[in-house]
Amino acid sequence: MKLTKNWLQDHLITNKTENQIVDKLNNIGLEVEKIEETKNELSDFIVAKIIKAEKHPNADRLKLCKVDIGNSKIIDVVCGAPNAKENLLTIYAPPGSVIPKNQMKLQVTKIRGITSHGMLCSEAELNLSDESSGIVDLDKKYSSKIGTSYFKNDNTNCIELSITPNRPDCLGIRGVARDLAASGIGKLKELKFKKIKNTFKHNIKVSIDKNKNQACSIFGSCVIKNIHNTESPSWLKKRLIALGLRPISAVVDITNYVMFDLNRPLHAYDISKIKNKIIVRNSKKGESFEALDNKTYNLQDEMCVIADDEGVLGLGGIIGGTRSGTELETKNILLESAYFNPEITRKTAKKLNINSDAKFRFERGIDPESIKTGLEVAAKLIIEICGGELSEVNIQQTKKFEKRKVKFDPNIVTKIVGIKVNNSEINKILASLGFVVKKRSKIFDVVVPSWRPDIFSEIDLVEEIIRIKGLDKLDSIYPEKVRLKPTLNYFQRHFHLAQRSVASKGYLEAITWSFTDETINNKFRENIEEVKIVNPISSDLNVLRSSLFPNLIYYLEKNLNRGFNNQSLFEIGPTFIGKKPGDQITVICGIKKQQTDDKHINDKESLDIFDIKRDVVKTLIELGIHKKETTIITNTPSYYHPGISGSVFSKDKKTLLAYFGQIHPGIISDSFGFEIFLENVVIHKEKFKNEKKSLNYSDYQKSDRDFAFLINKKTESQVITDIIENIDDTLIKKVKIFDVYEGENIDKDKKSIAIKVTIQSDFKALNENDLNEISEKIINTVEEKAQAKLRS
Amino acid sequence: MSDFEKLINDFKQKIIEAKNSEEIENISSEIFGKKGFINSEFSKIGILSPEDKKKFASQINNGKQELAKVFSQVSSKIKNKELNENIEKEKIDVTLPEKEFKIGKIHPVSQVIDEISSIFSEIGFSVEEGPDVESDYNNFTALNTPENHPAKDMHDTFYLDNDMKTLLRTHTSPVQVRTMLKGKPPFKIIAPGRTYRSDSDQTHTPMFHQLEGLHIDKNINMGHLKGCLNYFIKEFFEIEKIQMRFRPSHFPFTEPSAEVDIGYKIENNKIVIGEGDKWLEILGCGMVHPNVLKNCKIDTKKFQGFAFGIGIDRLAMLKYGINDLRSFFETDYRWLNHYGFDPLDVPTNYRGLSK
Repeated sequence: MKLTKNWLQDHLITNKTENQIVDKLNNIGLEVEKIEETKNELSDFIVAKIIKAEKHPNADRLKLCKVDIGNSKIIDVVCGAPNAKENLLTIYAPPGSVIPKNQMKLQVTKIRGITSHGMLCSEAELNLSDESSGIVDLDKKYSSKIGTSYFKNDNTNCIELSITPNRPDCLGIRGVARDLAASGIGKLKELKFKKIKNTFKHNIKVSIDKNKNQACSIFGSCVIKNIHNTESPSWLKKRLIALGLRPISAVVDITNYVMFDLNRPLHAYDISKIKNKIIVRNSKKGESFEALDNKTYNLQDEMCVIADDEGVLGLGGIIGGTRSGTELETKNILLESAYFNPEITRKTAKKLNINSDAKFRFERGIDPESIKTGLEVAAKLIIEICGGELSEVNIQQTKKFEKRKVKFDPNIVTKIVGIKVNNSEINKILASLGFVVKKRSKIFDVVVPSWRPDIFSEIDLVEEIIRIKGLDKLDSIYPEKVRLKPTLNYFQRHFHLAQRSVASKGYLEAITWSFTDETINNKFRENIEEVKIVNPISSDLNVLRSSLFPNLIYYLEKNLNRGFNNQSLFEIGPTFIGKKPGDQITVICGIKKQQTDDKHINDKESLDIFDIKRDVVKTLIELGIHKKETTIITNTPSYYHPGISGSVFSKDKKTLLAYFGQIHPGIISDSFGFEIFLENVVIHKEKFKNEKKSLNYSDYQKSDRDFAFLINKKTESQVITDIIENIDDTLIKKVKIFDVYEGENIDKDKKSIAIKVTIQSDFKALNENDLNEISEKIINTVEEKAQAKLRS
Repeated sequence: MSDFEKLINDFKQKIIEAKNSEEIENISSEIFGKKGFINSEFSKIGILSPEDKKKFASQINNGKQELAKVFSQVSSKIKNKELNENIEKEKIDVTLPEKEFKIGKIHPVSQVIDEISSIFSEIGFSVEEGPDVESDYNNFTALNTPENHPAKDMHDTFYLDNDMKTLLRTHTSPVQVRTMLKGKPPFKIIAPGRTYRSDSDQTHTPMFHQLEGLHIDKNINMGHLKGCLNYFIKEFFEIEKIQMRFRPSHFPFTEPSAEVDIGYKIENNKIVIGEGDKWLEILGCGMVHPNVLKNCKIDTKKFQGFAFGIGIDRLAMLKYGINDLRSFFETDYRWLNHYGFDPLDVPTNYRGLSK
């Protein structure tokens, strides 16, 4: 919504400055979005400087000028003026502008083979004087104004408001004036004008069909005949241009003017193009019409149309049609002023994807009592400007609009806003906004003005009162420092810890979209349901992510292209396993890549699976899950390298805690990653929450015994260590693999595994016999359970 | 001088003349070793008379002590000398780089969420969360935003089904609904999280972060709202003087509604928060609309309160001077390294928010 102070003053008597008005608008909830210099017909003409003037290669009298038009733009202009020379400050007219003298509209043209972008003007061409022998020669003081408009505008700014959707009344300048007056910044003028007498009967039959879901409930109209449609007078054009509108013809300009002034959309039809009569009815599927935006719309059932015997003329409350549009030649018009239901209008416009000023207003709710006034104001202007005669006003109405009444206990104001507002102030504010307040004992009966479709209940009135009184009047009550429950719950604490735990291992935290590219996602989706976005922002972000890897890998590769050969990235966030609310899990996913040619002088070894495994195991330990509570399973999803990856499960193999391993080389080369499933980690931990034993340790002599077993190549080392650990935990304190060997001297299908076992009793010093006994037991058990053979 | 004494003297001399640790080790075994001089002297005792035995034994012991004394002096001197010589030789270019390490970083959005949580923790708010996928009911209807209302236009919604019943939440406000439906008042919560709108340009990304606040109790009024946000903004920006302006606005789920602006000025092309002639909108808030409370089965006769919604990314940009919202989600290694936070830099009430 735009306005100028000038226009505002048609409705508001005020002595406040523009700045004061702007501050007030902000304070009463009519947010000022921006303030711009108004445009007028001459704003296009800007101060410019000739940088270089050379002879036109194909014409003796013409010059080819390089012109500085400000904002570091230099353009080529062909100019015939003898005084065009270097460093001349002059006035430039760009393509599209209209030369005041001859009303010629400039275009980019070739003049003798050289393209000229616009024109340098003489005083005569600008109607400044009769001087036409050369182009304008401006004083030096203009050198600081290159690029700015030469002609001063009316010193008034265009104030753009961001009107919230609950305030259709403020989509008209009068509505804004009313709010300002209520706030004490001025006085609202009465809407007074001399009505034009009607001289003949309305001779076009109008009817509203009683359809189901009929959007139109009032259709007012009048006929004006024998008009001379023309260009609008200067005052009207100025007003429209100031708001950024393009003047068209008096009739169209006036309907627009009334819309902006009173928030009363109108539509003018050329009567000669209406066949017989006007019917407001619902469309039938298959009907179509060409709208004023020059597009043809195919209508569906139940869209409100204004039609005649031939077919659709326009979409009610949304857009008119080209068939019945007014032109400069139009002699007789029918002026429409109607009420269309907000929801139905919005639905129709949405289905057809039409945005128009009228639709914007009707879907927010137009004052149903403004029908007649709108017609009268517009008719008066048309007849003043275009002449003609006015018919009586015809109003078809199928529904009565009752003014809403709200029972209002004024005490609620203090209860909600915290400060005392007395009844007389409440009364005054409501009255100034157009509410009618009837006191009845302690409860007020408040009648809501017809232009406020947003007011339903007490709380709406509280807002009106405090908005006008000013939020700056509110107390600021210092918060109480009392905690009802812990800030973070058990899961959130683990989220927080996990995030910082992984970051502390050298990973940079990324936050990537929750959606990703379907084709990449499919590689990571496994059996998870695909969740498509019906209206994605782009076709490569069309599904919710089933894994954090797709986006991380995408960005990892982008960083590789930037020359980062050595990267560790992670993200903690949701992945989606279905499309119902809550079908999501929290995953911490890390990815690491090190290109072998980018190795550090003191870092001899290259990245491998055990780096990533260390990160996972250590993070789990930091989250409170000890290695002893977990077991590794070699099955992993297909996006991991089948031979170089593992899953970390709880010891009972029931809870999946994490995956780790090399990412499948078919997806990305030499990269390792992990995924930790935070909900599972926390559920598992909660189960064993209170099982932490008190500290017991032994000070008796510790002994190490080394064993080397020959085992099947396919037997996992974990099998052997598990067997040994389970033999006797009162004696076996630590089992450590220190070598795995395959190759010479060993059968092809065997490998040798060397293990150091730390033996210590909690109760006594072990002698040689005790040690031999337990060693014996270790050897026998391993040989028996793992088809192993002790190497001698 | 007896033969024995002479031998002792010879050995002494030998010890003194020793040049390096190898010689000294040899002499040591020659004298003190299993088959060394001392032991062989002792072995001679057997053939002596008991009287001589005693005498000779004490003579050997004295001699042994004497030698041991000299030996330890000389030996430690040699060892010291050799240690020093070795140290002299051991020279490493310590300006070569240390073993490789990587510094991880916490994303500014995560850091700011922790900062905000820490501030609200101090005044008794706890953290709630809700799902990213929401029902149309929780995201709009329960929040007093009816079907086919222009207020919905402010939220360009991503839908997951053609009936437009399941969507990606456009704000964190549905967490209010979930919290109130599952519990009993009073409520004092914040809810940070991902939010989604189908919007992408210089200043909008299709995903961003919001923080919802909700305080419902008996007699919580707009003064409490103002005080709470005053407190938060001052704490968050960690500056004493900050201008704030409450400006009326409209949200379907609060009434009265307001937007909060903070003052700023431009200095050397940078935004300086605090005072100045310009205003920057940073959050929306208001008293929870009675319709919302009713939808959440709260007795509006007994309970009322406020809610607010803050753009987390925006706050991070302002506090840490980050210009481009889109850069938050582009995972540029340079950006993450530059704007990220050390994982040990955990914002807390007692330490303070930022380092």
